[in-house]
Amino acid sequence: MGENIFTGIASGLSGLLDGAGVPVLWNDVILMVVKLVAILVFILVNALWLVYMERKVAAYVQCRIGPNRVGPKGLLQTAADIGKLLSKEFTWNKYWDIVPYILAPVLIFVPPFMIYAVLPFGENMAAIDMNIGLFYFAAVASLTSIILWAGGWASNNKYSLVGAMRVVAQMVSYELPLVLALLGVVMLTGTLNMSEIVYAQENVWFIFTQPLAFLIYFVAGLAETNRTPFCLVEGESEIIAGPYTEYSGMGFAMFFLTEYASVMLISAMCTVAFLGGWLAPFGLTFIPSWLWFFLKMYVMIFIFMWVRWTYPRLRVDQLMGFGWKVLIPLCLANIFVTGVGMYIYRAIGW
Amino acid sequence: MGLVDSINWMAVAFYVLAAHIVVSALLVVCVRNIVHSVLWLAVCFVAMAGLFLTLDADFLAAVQVMVYAGAVCIMVVFGIMLIRRSDMGHSNLFNGQTKIAGGVVALVIVLCGALSARTQWLLSPNEVPAETVDNIATLLLSKYVIPFEVAALLLLVALIGAIILAKEVTVDATDSER
Repeated sequence: MGENIFTGIASGLSGLLDGAGVPVLWNDVILMVVKLVAILVFILVNALWLVYMERKVAAYVQCRIGPNRVGPKGLLQTAADIGKLLSKEFTWNKYWDIVPYILAPVLIFVPPFMIYAVLPFGENMAAIDMNIGLFYFAAVASLTSIILWAGGWASNNKYSLVGAMRVVAQMVSYELPLVLALLGVVMLTGTLNMSEIVYAQENVWFIFTQPLAFLIYFVAGLAETNRTPFCLVEGESEIIAGPYTEYSGMGFAMFFLTEYASVMLISAMCTVAFLGGWLAPFGLTFIPSWLWFFLKMYVMIFIFMWVRWTYPRLRVDQLMGFGWKVLIPLCLANIFVTGVGMYIYRAIGW
Repeated sequence: MGLVDSINWMAVAFYVLAAHIVVSALLVVCVRNIVHSVLWLAVCFVAMAGLFLTLDADFLAAVQVMVYAGAVCIMVVFGIMLIRRSDMGHSNLFNGQTKIAGGVVALVIVLCGALSARTQWLLSPNEVPAETVDNIATLLLSKYVIPFEVAALLLLVALIGAIILAKEVTVDATDSER
């Protein structure tokens, strides 16, 4: 039930265009645009909900109530916030480097959106089923740091500059363990295609065969999305939101939106690589595959929020030391052990 | 629809990307602010990745984005931040040796043109394989294993060198405190 609802809509639309005599090229183009708009709506609606969820989870962790005034149970709080951000004035300052300053919040949303395009949301539900999906994720994700840095530098503010430098240092340091942790999964499956990685977990999820890689991925994912305990980039109490200090209104809203899009993305990639993607556990296939994917993604997001509101912030030197001296050697050890283990399994003849 | 089908979309993509590469590469050299140079450099690298995509080399395109746009630009950023001038408006300076530069550039252009005109380019009638990663991996670990290992060793040496350089600074700091 409901399993084929989205693929059905896509093929129905394609058939409709075909019937109307639209050439194949334009048929493909229209279908792809529809898929990408659907993904955009998915990101926006989820980000809207996640901001509310973040506040409620934070309130729960800290024994507070959280937003409860605007709308039933405070559900309209984020909508009200967006109205506020939209109506804020865009101020001009002659000390800004104006072109990079304006471009940074626009461009920052591009890399996460590009990665969503290859994500398999359910069986046969990747907008683009890319052969090198996992590597594409790593490559495109590496673009965010330079965009964030450009925004921080263009603000021409000492807090922004310190924040921008921390962005560069932190993201470069934690990208490495993130990718190396995923490498363990790639070694087991022998493919970079996300759909094939999901299919390879039919019998056992990789969280059980690659537990260390999962933990490293989780920690590095926290750092890549700049969330506590790795939120030194923003560090409200020391550098006043870092690269975002000078941004107001929609500029800030775009950074905020991207942060939640990245959190969702890291959780979704975790689902694909370690939690069996859209595959149903215990044979519960009456729940559609995309719903399973969604549920697993939200469990991961909840854990991210849980960690954020439980732990204090690290110090900069601790952060760099932990990345380079703990996570990367552990990653290399994991790759080595995985390789030896695979060889032994093959020798036994499993 | 006749007009749309008659356009060679690959050629359009090539010329758009080529224009981006040439213009952004020129701007890397010409803008006065070195931070803007880095950002144009990133644009140039991404456009180059697009050029690889039009040739069905998707793995190479991803490598281009990751290594050049993701890592090389960040390296330049580190360089800028460590040797920052007070006035960034004049950080990407010119010098007046136009005659020598013009001669060298003319020589390079003539040489490249002459050599590429005389080369017999290999054209393969085969389709581009759908999975290029497997072939690259097989070649890298069989035919080109020695260059691969030498490059790995070189990177290791650079890594250890960087660690030793960074370490020496902390030793000096403790010495001076004594």
